[in-house]
Amino acid sequence: MTDTEIHAFIDNAIKENKVMLFMKGTPEQPRCGFSMRTSGALNALGVRYAALDVLPDPRIREELSGLSGWPTIPQLFIDGELVGGCDIVTEMYETGELADRLGVEMPEEDDDEEPVAPAADMPARQGPIPLENRLD
Amino acid sequence: MPSSEELKRRIESALPGAQARVEDLTGGGDHFRAEVVSDRFEGLSRIDQHKLVYGVFGDEVGGPIHALSIKTSTPGGAP
Repeated sequence: MTDTEIHAFIDNAIKENKVMLFMKGTPEQPRCGFSMRTSGALNALGVRYAALDVLPDPRIREELSGLSGWPTIPQLFIDGELVGGCDIVTEMYETGELADRLGVEMPEEDDDEEPVAPAADMPARQGPIPLENRLD
Repeated sequence: MPSSEELKRRIESALPGAQARVEDLTGGGDHFRAEVVSDRFEGLSRIDQHKLVYGVFGDEVGGPIHALSIKTSTPGGAP
């Protein structure tokens, strides 16, 4: 894949997926604590999202950061707009802003589920959509 | 290898009037957390506030500085 193709793929993924997460690893197997916390917040809200692993090719990360102006991974986009990395997403999850932005309810307080609960425990109804194979 | 002191100094000189508290999270000189208070953040979205801080270090974030966790606020206290 050429750099231009990678750039176009990323650009397209951001535009086509309402909730698009670029991360290290996958929601099922995050390869970094920051990526795990960010996908964990989305899992806890039970939203459907697309996730792309940036690790298979270093150029994914280079092109992504060039496009977003954001240097680190993870990066969450909602409706084509960069929302933030782990710090911002975690903060927005805690304040309920993320639920608002996604048009979903906050999970019940008495729910035992932690925001960082592994995706494997999620009900199948709203699983993440893995996109990483498209870049092979 | 960058130190938390160095990061603090660089943030404060790049954003005049800012107060930064920087912590080396692992002691390894590559995972940091910075709490920055500056009136420059007023009226900016959280994304743009964080970009200002990341901008101080350019390519070093993701390079020698593997991770820089940021918390920004204005002197008035509002985020």
